[in-house]
Amino acid sequence: MSNDSISDKLQPKFQKEHQLAYYKALEDKHTTIDLEHDPLGTRMILNMGPQHPATHGVLRVLTELNGEKIVKNKLDIGYLHRGVEKIAENKTYQEFMPYTDRMDYLSPYSNNVALCTAVEKIAGIEVPERAQYIRMVGAELARISSHLLWLGTMVMDAGAISFFIWTFRERERIYDIFDDFAGHRFTVSHSRIGGVASDLTPEALEKIRVFIAQFPDEIRDWKKLLNRNRIFIDRNKDVGTITYEEAIALGMSGANIRATGIAYDIRKVEPYLKYAEMDFEVPTRLEGDNLARYFVRMEEMSESVKIIEQCLARMQKGPIRVDNAKKSYPSKDEVYYSMEGLIHDFMMTDTGVCPPAGVECYHAVEAPKGELGYYIQSDGTGHPWRLKVKSPSFSNLQGLETILDGQMLADTVVVIGGIDPVMGEADK
Amino acid sequence: MELFTPELIKSILVMLGATLGFLLPSAAVVVYAERRVAAFIQNRVGPNRVGPFGLLQPFADVLKLIMKEDVTPTQGNRMLHTLAPLVPVVTALMTVAVIPFGDGLVVANLNVGVLYLLAVASLSVYGVTMAGWASNSKYSLLGGLRSAAQMVSYELPMGMAVASVALLASSLSVVDVVNAQAMWWFIFLNPIGAVIFIVASFAEANRTPFDLVEAEQELVGGFHTEYSSMKFGMFFLAEYMHVVIASMLISTFFFGGYHLPFAPLWLPELSPFLKGVLDIHVFLAKTVFWIFVFIWVRWTIPRFKFDQLMRLGWSRLLPLSIVNFMVIAIVLYLIG
Repeated sequence: MSNDSISDKLQPKFQKEHQLAYYKALEDKHTTIDLEHDPLGTRMILNMGPQHPATHGVLRVLTELNGEKIVKNKLDIGYLHRGVEKIAENKTYQEFMPYTDRMDYLSPYSNNVALCTAVEKIAGIEVPERAQYIRMVGAELARISSHLLWLGTMVMDAGAISFFIWTFRERERIYDIFDDFAGHRFTVSHSRIGGVASDLTPEALEKIRVFIAQFPDEIRDWKKLLNRNRIFIDRNKDVGTITYEEAIALGMSGANIRATGIAYDIRKVEPYLKYAEMDFEVPTRLEGDNLARYFVRMEEMSESVKIIEQCLARMQKGPIRVDNAKKSYPSKDEVYYSMEGLIHDFMMTDTGVCPPAGVECYHAVEAPKGELGYYIQSDGTGHPWRLKVKSPSFSNLQGLETILDGQMLADTVVVIGGIDPVMGEADK
Repeated sequence: MELFTPELIKSILVMLGATLGFLLPSAAVVVYAERRVAAFIQNRVGPNRVGPFGLLQPFADVLKLIMKEDVTPTQGNRMLHTLAPLVPVVTALMTVAVIPFGDGLVVANLNVGVLYLLAVASLSVYGVTMAGWASNSKYSLLGGLRSAAQMVSYELPMGMAVASVALLASSLSVVDVVNAQAMWWFIFLNPIGAVIFIVASFAEANRTPFDLVEAEQELVGGFHTEYSSMKFGMFFLAEYMHVVIASMLISTFFFGGYHLPFAPLWLPELSPFLKGVLDIHVFLAKTVFWIFVFIWVRWTIPRFKFDQLMRLGWSRLLPLSIVNFMVIAIVLYLIG
């Protein structure tokens, strides 16, 4: 019974060679669980995913079950690997920016900002103040939108299906804002190296004002429904607990680490954009369980609303992109009505921003999922020589195996929902 | 030939009326109601395309199910896989036999009707367990096992709650139970029993918050993961029939059946026909109310975890129901 492998029992009926090779490849990835000595045959191996309704994309969890209890589990990620880091090496920095939308597709704006700020850091570009505030508004709206999806799916995974629709109605309003704001609803690609693509329209501004005025009421309603809901608390309290030592050792970040009691928020620790001027709290909890993650994220949404309010109040009229044709795209007025503008636009598209040769930098932002960092090595051309993405979902998923051991099967979905991974970002 | 006595003909008519005219369409109506109420709860519109107000939606659903390919897993047990969907439907239909719809409107006035109800209701678990085993899929198996454990655990408190009702009515006949509530509904005399019975009914009907059997999020589809076409349709039908049955039982045992509240005090004497029509409508109104509660709960509340479900059943509901039973027995003995 020991070391039962798939290929021993396999009797492929068609495309024999291909199937054998495929299972061989699976075993080479160590994704099979070796059954330890189990004379009574009480253990069962259950494969969840990559196609499963609750694994949030293409996460695969192999579990060894004893009844309903998970004895051991193994995570298999990489089903959504698209090689974006390699793609980046063949694109100019600006051309690569839309790809970042597709990484954490639930908060595209934060990804845009993360890449742009990293490139600006390596190329020494100073971004106008108004653009920084617009970026912050976008990033905080993206944070709310991402947390709304987390809330809806996590509560839905616990069995309350209507919640998903309620949070999606609010997300829909954020999409409408982005439609006016950036010209796209979902993958916004609004940030530009050296600024942003377009200014806030009066309609978008009005919509944002209405949204931040009404959204706190929605949060209050949801808290009313969940905070004292006995079944919800029972499902989440002491479920998926991780200690702060483990969380640090595994490199977790974002709400997952704040739920273990560590107030690590890059917006506070290493402020970028204008976060240093903002007045906001970093919510933390000590328990480190799923309920703590819930409370942390709920508070974060309220804090985001506060940040957006402050940004709107402080925003002054001014340029939205740096006025230097070597560092950023010229405005469309220049491109259409002047020779130099057209040439600069052409050069930016063809060559792009060229940071000095041999320089490297790492810059991280606080994305909704956690620390999203871009490490860039430049060889002096407009293409990165190497671009590495430190994606929060990937780091946070490292903790999942530790968390899931010894939990019940029904907890897996809630815990996955609580960790809040996005496979597009984890697999890159 | 005294085979077709007026009594028998009447009971056959009631039976046909109850099953064909009420229970079978009721599943369709409840499906429609569930989708509309769910839409209402979720700020949506719900089905409104097929027929006026989308009323023909359930028929479109059934038509779709019939046209689907019927798949049996190659490694599964074909016979059990086919038999399993029949069990819940048949047991649901059998239950109606002893439920009185009005004064004298009952298929069979069994003197052990309450026992019959408990016995038949617990049969439906076989269908689910068989389905889970015959599919030869791990998700189905887990769903089937969960269901077996759940049914056994909640059968006991439910039985004790019903036993306390039988004590109050001092009869095991369902008709007597209803008649004993003409003045005081048992919800007033036996509130704890009512709560236990309602909770256990939710568990017996496999509805949220006790729908672990088909917990979509972790078990994909639970016991019916490997079912398609009308075999799945049967499970679907049975689920809604069980909701209707559970609502009927709650109304019958604790909410006076077909009696209006405190009817003997104010309701004038009516002709038998008028009384029958009134009874059926009162009974249906109560049933519809409980069906609405079933739907309401399903779309609002999260689901229990397996161990929490077991703990609630064995360490909370069961002792409570036993104590409740004892207290009622002692009080009845003291009153004489």
